[in-house]
Amino acid sequence: MSRKTISGMGAGIIILLLFPVFLPRFYVYLASVILLYGLLATSLNLVLGYGGIFQFHHAVFYGVGAYGTTLMLTKSGLPAIFAFITGPLVSAAFGLVLGIICIRLSRLYFGMLQISLGSLVWAIVYRWYAFTGGDDGIHGIPMPEMISSPKSAFYFTFIITIISLYIMWKIIRSPFGSVLQGIRDNPVRSGMIGINVRRHQLLALVLAGFFAGVAGSLFVVVDNSVFPDMLFWTLSMEIVIMCLLGGWFTFLGPMLGAAVIVGLRTFVSMYTVYWALVLGIIMVLVIFFLPSGILGYAVEKFERGFRKPEGGEQ
Amino acid sequence: MLEVTSISKTFAGFKAVNSANLTVRKGEIVAVIGPNGAGKTTLFNLITGIVKPDSGRVLFKNEDITGLQPHEISRKRISRSFQVVNVFQRLTVFENVQISVLSRERMTWNIFTPSAGLAVKETDTILESVGLLDKKNRTTALLSHGDRKVLEIAMALGGDPEFLILDEPTAGMAAEETSRCIELIKMLSRTMGLTILFCEHDMEIVFGIASRIMVMVRGCTVIQGSCDEVRCNEAVQDAYLGGSDVCL
Ligand SMILES: Nc1ncnc2c1ncn2[C@@H]1O[C@H](COP(=O)(O)OP(=O)(O)OP(=O)(O)O)[C@@H](O)[C@H]1O
Ligand SMILES: [Mg+2]
Repeated sequence: MSRKTISGMGAGIIILLLFPVFLPRFYVYLASVILLYGLLATSLNLVLGYGGIFQFHHAVFYGVGAYGTTLMLTKSGLPAIFAFITGPLVSAAFGLVLGIICIRLSRLYFGMLQISLGSLVWAIVYRWYAFTGGDDGIHGIPMPEMISSPKSAFYFTFIITIISLYIMWKIIRSPFGSVLQGIRDNPVRSGMIGINVRRHQLLALVLAGFFAGVAGSLFVVVDNSVFPDMLFWTLSMEIVIMCLLGGWFTFLGPMLGAAVIVGLRTFVSMYTVYWALVLGIIMVLVIFFLPSGILGYAVEKFERGFRKPEGGEQ
Repeated sequence: MLEVTSISKTFAGFKAVNSANLTVRKGEIVAVIGPNGAGKTTLFNLITGIVKPDSGRVLFKNEDITGLQPHEISRKRISRSFQVVNVFQRLTVFENVQISVLSRERMTWNIFTPSAGLAVKETDTILESVGLLDKKNRTTALLSHGDRKVLEIAMALGGDPEFLILDEPTAGMAAEETSRCIELIKMLSRTMGLTILFCEHDMEIVFGIASRIMVMVRGCTVIQGSCDEVRCNEAVQDAYLGGSDVCL
């Protein structure tokens, strides 16, 4: 990373930290939601953009993490910290189980089967009143004093998001990260250089599930509630669009996409009920005009200015 | 070293490889020749586990490796390059070879050490030996076709193989690139002691570097033998070499 990027990021972080000081309550809430959705989208991008795996129902892991944390908080009587660890771990375990079932299939069928199985999980959550609160969800979840106000919830979300992003960044730069990108580009070749393709993909799915679960737990902190919509497939589509819109071959693209989509959703919903329609139009526009997303486009422009492609055909 | 016995593969009723036989001894350079669609690539796919055989056996160093997964076969130190360039196109030249080295060194499960500093020397050594060191930081998409074919070989070398399979290594290369590639293959055989199996359409190259030749037509092994034996064989003349403009 260049010095410029680092100072840019530093400035961004300071501005974000000052948010709660001068912004009204609603915007603090909105900023928290953007952060945790950004984390969620980044966790998806770990397997989608870097892994080339069509994880079409990522919201399941988000929802499972949120429910895991909530149920531990409300039913176990253990200290809250255990709840916040359990949620993501349950998501990771879920990532492993769904992964083992789906990984044998080719890319597109992987996505299809995942949508079906994920919808099954949604249906269970939706119906099981005694355990999950059914379609009502669970509201007014008690939070530890330290993170119970909107401001402290924001700071908590902020810190956890930054730490998670940092860890994911490290993962992408690691040998495992390189291998994952290699598998994305060319699974046959990866096998031929001695890589057990499915096992590596499985680890990626587990990691992505874990961080989706972290995002889910953060939502519980910010909103003090969970509901079945958190693992409905439309949310999964929204997360995919965040990645595509922001730029799925860039690390911070999904975060940017999350900011745009959550921002738009908030304001569009004030004027119309046709958010899904707007989302569909955005999707089509992105696919046709910005196939590598906003940040991907910016990076391409930026790089073209510096280095010209040298030699060679095509 | 490698012993393929009556191996067969049928694709949707079409016998791509039909009871083919192939023997490669340690230190040899063996060429597989045959017209387009003869089943050469499929044979290589069968040996490396990318395609599962319907019947037949593959022995490597007296061990049965038939039907193993590609990554398991690669662990036995068999590497290959592909006919159609098959690299990681979003990664740089360096990263392409580095992944291969990291895989051999079993470091692919490491999720916290930055890979940028790992296996640099080994990777650079390989890039140097194939002549790609000055282009190490380019994205492979920006390479010329010839350089990508060489990168294919470099990636195969990352696995530190004993047995190297090259599928039409010089196809599509310019004349000068071709001669450099041939020198490279000779060097790998002579100084690094690799056993090499390759296929190639250019007879001049085949007779230039092969110690033995296997001729394949319509999925069957027509003959295996020294260059002279193959040159004089009538069946080969009829089936394959006869129609070509190669001067024998
Ligand atoms: N995966 C596959 N599915 C169906 N048919 C296949 C498959 N792979 C190869 N074939 C067929 O098997 C036959 C042999 O193909 P192969 O690629 O092995 O020939 P080759 O000798 O390598 O030819 P070339 O010299 O053109 O590379 C061809 O007719 C091809 O169409
Ligand atoms: Mg071929």
